[in-house]
Amino acid sequence: MTGAAGSAAPGEQAGTQPVRVVLAKLGLDGHDRGLKVVARMLRDAGLEVIYLGLRQTTESILSAVEQEDAEVIGLSIHNGGHLTLAPRMVEAVRAAGLDVPVVVGGIVPDKDLERLRTAGVFAVLGPGASAAEVAQRVRAAAAGRP
Amino acid sequence: MSVPDNHVPGGAESHGDENSLRARAEAEWRAAYEAAPSRQAGFETMSGIPLAAVHGDPPYPGQFPYTRGIYPAMYRSRLWTMRLFAGMGTAADTNLRFKALLEAGGTGLSTAFDMPTLMGRDSDHPWAVGEVGRAGVAIDTVADMEDLFAGIDLGGVSTSMTINGPANILMAMYIVTGERGGTERRRLSGTIQNDILKEYQAQKEYIFPPRPSIRLVCDLIRFTTAEMPRWHPISISGYHIREAGSTAAQELAFTLANGFAYVEAAMAAGLDVDDFAGRLSFFFNSHIDFFEEIGKYRAARRIWAHWMRERYGARRERSLQLRFHTQTAGVSLTAQQPEVNIARVAAQALAAVLGGTQSLHTDSYDEALALPTERAARIALRTQQVIAHETGAPNVADPLGGAAFVEWMTDEMERRATEVFEHLDKLGEGSILEGVYEGIANGYFVGEIADSAYRFEREVNAGRRIIVGVNACTDGDDGDTPILYIDEEVEAQQLARLAEVRRRRDGDAVAAALGRLVSDAADPTVNLMVPIIDCVRVEATEGEITGALEGVFGTYTEPAIV
Repeated sequence: MTGAAGSAAPGEQAGTQPVRVVLAKLGLDGHDRGLKVVARMLRDAGLEVIYLGLRQTTESILSAVEQEDAEVIGLSIHNGGHLTLAPRMVEAVRAAGLDVPVVVGGIVPDKDLERLRTAGVFAVLGPGASAAEVAQRVRAAAAGRP
Repeated sequence: MSVPDNHVPGGAESHGDENSLRARAEAEWRAAYEAAPSRQAGFETMSGIPLAAVHGDPPYPGQFPYTRGIYPAMYRSRLWTMRLFAGMGTAADTNLRFKALLEAGGTGLSTAFDMPTLMGRDSDHPWAVGEVGRAGVAIDTVADMEDLFAGIDLGGVSTSMTINGPANILMAMYIVTGERGGTERRRLSGTIQNDILKEYQAQKEYIFPPRPSIRLVCDLIRFTTAEMPRWHPISISGYHIREAGSTAAQELAFTLANGFAYVEAAMAAGLDVDDFAGRLSFFFNSHIDFFEEIGKYRAARRIWAHWMRERYGARRERSLQLRFHTQTAGVSLTAQQPEVNIARVAAQALAAVLGGTQSLHTDSYDEALALPTERAARIALRTQQVIAHETGAPNVADPLGGAAFVEWMTDEMERRATEVFEHLDKLGEGSILEGVYEGIANGYFVGEIADSAYRFEREVNAGRRIIVGVNACTDGDDGDTPILYIDEEVEAQQLARLAEVRRRRDGDAVAAALGRLVSDAADPTVNLMVPIIDCVRVEATEGEITGALEGVFGTYTEPAIV
């Protein structure tokens, strides 16, 4: 069943297979309201959501990505730990030899955006991002378009 | 007394039997009112019009079922406690903020802990990387707790600690900090949140599974009931349920249901309801829909009084009175045009005061961006001071009582909450505690809350609900708000501090204390506060104590439900 998305390159799937996204919180942060809302938004927008929820590790997220052939990792961070946690996820993806973009949602001060981009984070979605914008950015991430 | 003779308008106009009841309620109220202290000689409007202490119909404030407030004179006797939540970086950093808040006229302390502390982990735990001192203050051992309260007289201040999973450990650290500084535990005053049920439902900072966690809660209640008469051993919290997305009625219902669950658990643990119920306290959110919030507070008092008397057989008046702290709604603050949040907080704070809160935290306008700067925290405190000293709102008890809409809203909140109690009572086959356990296990609470959160989000997205600066009135956001940055050195400093304590302490004594805790944990008749205090005295770390208990109790993981 995990082969549903096949082995087609992400860009080729647009319009045919739903984009598959893993949503998770890394580490101790327990604020899961935003992540749950985003999960439902993305489902309603036709994406396939693999919701891992709280207290995940880079390993558990990567193993879900591999098992489910996910094309995007959505990481929710509300505790001010983004400068540590998000780059660590990106590095873990690279170390595993994968090419899966990491999208961060949550509270990230403007000042830190550039550092996250430099670290390889694909996009940052802050509070106030609309449902349409969230779905569009995740689809763009799957397609490899910034 | 300077209260005008017509202090209960309407009282002199009616006649008949009802009138004698009314006259009795009025006489009782007056006697209680006159026995209560008053913070000034007389109260009048700014134009010089003298004000009666209360208006409208009985039951009056201070009278069962306390819909109108738990004290006869309410804020005429004493204003609410202006308690601002603070915590960041190392204990020494937070100590400076505490002192600044006390100097600015704050009347109580409230401690925010960082995520590793809230989860019972040490700063050198692998999970803690990047989180040390970020969202609150980092505490690993009693030495950190001593730094946190250095130079503050623990016998002269009331302290609130927002901690749940590891509440017993932090309580023990506070007790030992008092001991070392010469303040006996019976003189310590304050509140510890210690509300584990809402962690499984909303805030998600749980450690152990629900049933052993309830044992720890009851152990703390038993310990403070016997030894710490000025301590509130639990603050039953709707705040986080609301922040996670519930409606006002769900916040009310789930919180009071949790309160009933704790009462049932403590009674099952052998306590007499009247021995502990008077020390229970509550913590509600104040969101932006003004009258809904006021109705919620009034309904909460009325429901609690009836249930405590009728279902749990409480007799002491204090056991029937719901006391609560309020915090304005962090989730209502916007990252866009953040200064506008000052207006939101003012409206929410006023609702809490009109609803009769006992203490209040006002959020800082920059909290959608980061932890508050000192300036933003001061403005938040000033907002309360404006309400207290300029608006006149505290000069009449329950000033909205009797207003048709407010009374209707109060009834409606009670009606909706009652439906939830009936559901949980059925789920638990006559026990609210069992019903709450079952609602945690079957995803009832998290599902209800997630549904409400999503409904709200869709309304905002569709433009059916206006949020100023977010989906309307969006021009003028210059994005230039100064925010607090936690120094990245904090983690290194805290790790060094922890390493130093581990090095200097007596390792054999620590191992022995932890060993005794493990064997005591396996015996459900032992109150674990005693061995935990012993662990803290020899400077066992929070993570070591948590680990010892996890070995016996296990660790909770929640099913991933969207």
